[in-house]
Amino acid sequence: MQKTYYDPADLKKFGKISDWNEELGSKFFEYYNAVFKEGHLTEREKSLIALAVAHTIQCPYCIDAYTGDGLQRGITKEEMMEALHVAGAIRGGASLVHGVQMMNKVKKLDL
Amino acid sequence: MLKSLHKRHSELAQSKRQLEILSNGIFQNGDLLKFKDKIAESNQFPLRAKKLEILQINVGYMCNQVCAHCHVDAGPDRKEIMTKETMLQCLDVIKKTNAHTLDLTGGAPEMNPNFRWFVEEASKAGIQDFIVRSNLTIIRANKKYYDLPEFFKKHNIHVVSSMPHWTKGKTDKQRGDGVFNKSIQALKDLNAMGYGMPDSELRLDLVYNPSGAFLPGNQTALEKDFKKALLDDFGIQFHNLFAITNLPISRFLDYLIASENYEDYMHALVDAYNPEAVKNVMCTNTLSVSWDGYLYDCDFNQMLNLPVNSKVKHISEYQSELLEGRPIVISQHCYGCTAGAGSSCQGSVT
Repeated sequence: MQKTYYDPADLKKFGKISDWNEELGSKFFEYYNAVFKEGHLTEREKSLIALAVAHTIQCPYCIDAYTGDGLQRGITKEEMMEALHVAGAIRGGASLVHGVQMMNKVKKLDL
Repeated sequence: MLKSLHKRHSELAQSKRQLEILSNGIFQNGDLLKFKDKIAESNQFPLRAKKLEILQINVGYMCNQVCAHCHVDAGPDRKEIMTKETMLQCLDVIKKTNAHTLDLTGGAPEMNPNFRWFVEEASKAGIQDFIVRSNLTIIRANKKYYDLPEFFKKHNIHVVSSMPHWTKGKTDKQRGDGVFNKSIQALKDLNAMGYGMPDSELRLDLVYNPSGAFLPGNQTALEKDFKKALLDDFGIQFHNLFAITNLPISRFLDYLIASENYEDYMHALVDAYNPEAVKNVMCTNTLSVSWDGYLYDCDFNQMLNLPVNSKVKHISEYQSELLEGRPIVISQHCYGCTAGAGSSCQGSVT
């Protein structure tokens, strides 16, 4: 039994999830690959979005993958950090915006 | 400024030590297949030289820059410079070869004292594509080089120049402080001479090498980003971008080992191995000539001191029929040319 929940080597084995369900696995990867193709957004823009989302969902595999992907695409560390701050702002904002609910409740109940 | 591995007396200045590293460890313990065994899987071993198309001549390892990734280990302290006598031997071959491309490289080829004479003589041979690999900053390094764009134009030279990124930070980190600004100025000088302009026949291409332990992305996408950024930020234009993979030799190997990225990088190269790229690797249609006239399958083999496997060893003995069909000399660094879309001095190969 491995001693940690995450092993960087497992990232390369992502495709193996199809081994136990070929049909759904194939559909997922077909969808995944289509999503990242250039459309109204460039592949570069999608890579930055992926990096920001990876940090939001705190997925070590995704952070590893999309940091490497960004470097290969010539994305700078400054651009990556800005994208992370967007993630951080939304994530922090999501907590704080619920403060309105708290304030509403306090106003309703407090003298 | 960094010093070359030679100047630092680093053990990696010795090609023998580099080859030991590339042949042992992960390639000895069964973790990764040796390149020979990998290409054998698709019946491509041995690789053999085809008809010569590109004659690449390294006129010396002296350079005004000391780039962190340099596979030549070039720098101001390198004294290996091609003599006029060896250049004359090269000219004999240039005149009789049917190769469509002549490719001068270094170091900074312009620093060879006989560079201009050699270009003038070689251009008389009427070779279809005459490339000079210019590091750009040499054009702004000293007054005596300021007229290089004019000189290149006069001889219809195809200028190929390194530019690792469109931002100062990434460029200077790889190529040294101040390189970005000087490169931008040199590109403006070349544009002013007509180089790189959309309808101009004066070819100006850029070479992109990743500035770290990762592989280059898609060449077309990178070219698009480079073109937009250089035009928007500086009004600079160029024709094509060649995305080249850093091979794990010399200073880049030193960096990989020092940063503990060597094994991961070799895994990345092997994981990205593309048998289709093997069909078009540059060593099969290129001959690399070193500063002292010896022959190699490519510039990387030259730096690893892996001479051609042929009776002909030196440019003075050149015989095309003895070189054609020769088995290409390979080692694990060759994975760098077969990863992803493949890599050559002309960029992707698939």
